[in-house]
Amino acid sequence: MSLDKPYADIPGTTVFDADMARVGYHLNQFCMSLMKADNRERFKADERAYLDEWSMTEAQKQAVLDRDYNRMIDLGGNIYFLAKIFSTDGLSFQHAAATMTGMSQEEYAQMMLSGGRSPEGNRYLNETSGGD
Amino acid sequence: MARITAGVTTSHVPAIGAAIDLGKTQQEYWAPLFKGYEYSKRWIGEQKPDVILLVYNDHASAFSMELMPTFAIGTGEKFQPADEGWGPRPVPEVVGHPELAAHIAQSVIQQDFDLTLVNRMDVDHGLTVPLSLMFGQPGAWPCKVIPIAVNVVLYPPPSGRRCYELGKALRRAVDSFDGDLNVQVWGTGGMSHQLQGPRAGLINREFDNDFLERLVNDPEGLSQMPHVEYMREAGSEGIELVMWLVMRGALDDKVTEKHRFYHVPASNTAVGHLILENS
Repeated sequence: MSLDKPYADIPGTTVFDADMARVGYHLNQFCMSLMKADNRERFKADERAYLDEWSMTEAQKQAVLDRDYNRMIDLGGNIYFLAKIFSTDGLSFQHAAATMTGMSQEEYAQMMLSGGRSPEGNRYLNETSGGD
Repeated sequence: MARITAGVTTSHVPAIGAAIDLGKTQQEYWAPLFKGYEYSKRWIGEQKPDVILLVYNDHASAFSMELMPTFAIGTGEKFQPADEGWGPRPVPEVVGHPELAAHIAQSVIQQDFDLTLVNRMDVDHGLTVPLSLMFGQPGAWPCKVIPIAVNVVLYPPPSGRRCYELGKALRRAVDSFDGDLNVQVWGTGGMSHQLQGPRAGLINREFDNDFLERLVNDPEGLSQMPHVEYMREAGSEGIELVMWLVMRGALDDKVTEKHRFYHVPASNTAVGHLILENS
């Protein structure tokens, strides 16, 4: 019997559960390695060579090279681990969050200043926007 | 004997730590947030706790996917600020209370909460930002801190009910310690926020304010909220709020609310803050 995942119908959201953690194990551990300054320097000097030291899938490596955070999350990455990548790039959480929404950082920052993304229409997949 | 006198909850957004460290607290963006903690700084200056049981979550700093404990207690003498990818925060080291921590571990495990004991771990913004918000920028933190780390990164975290019951177990443990200590319990993280995917930026004022109210006056009922409701209503990272229930469980059923503050936004996050005292 499969496990109940009542969170599967939350739109625009990937819950980092034990299944996703299994898929993303090497990707997330690569991210952890960037907590050491020496490793950050080696990664920045030659990203591809550094990634090749890890038994990640080619798709995971390409997503890192592309800084495609939604793709990394699809492939088992967790945002707190992926944060080590954009920190290495000298970028903020808000910058990374903006790229995942398809908004510019300015548009995203303005949305947050205006009170954030409303939960209305964002609770369930296929929910009619504005209703609940 | 040792006694728990008060509880504090606060968000622990990393950008708040950066604003403090970089001297930006009076800037237009940040000033309204820090204004909400002015009372808190005065209050804690008067309370002078000896020890804080600081409930927080590690954000893939001390714990990686090699090891992810559900509940961990810091039993060591000292804990250093973590390098989270841009160098450690310029804040004092955190001094623990190994004697009380060992007592709590022994008591709480025998109350069926299987804590992991940790003597060596770095502490990240989840623990240091609340200290900065409450104490400012002293040369050394003015009290001992026992870190209590709760996994909210890898699903499933412990339930709200389990966190609430852990608080009650912590209370019994502190009450049975033979030292004259003024102990506070802090619950950190939240409020509504989502940091990932196309739904990033979610904020739910109505949920947050209801949560603040129920944490004070209906913690039993609030502790029954299922995980999925936190994530659906308060964002995938809003599930950090289960940690506030640890604080609440450690206090009396009826408490005195000394302070309440709510502010949007701090970076991606809604900030909530409560100070509650036992009568």
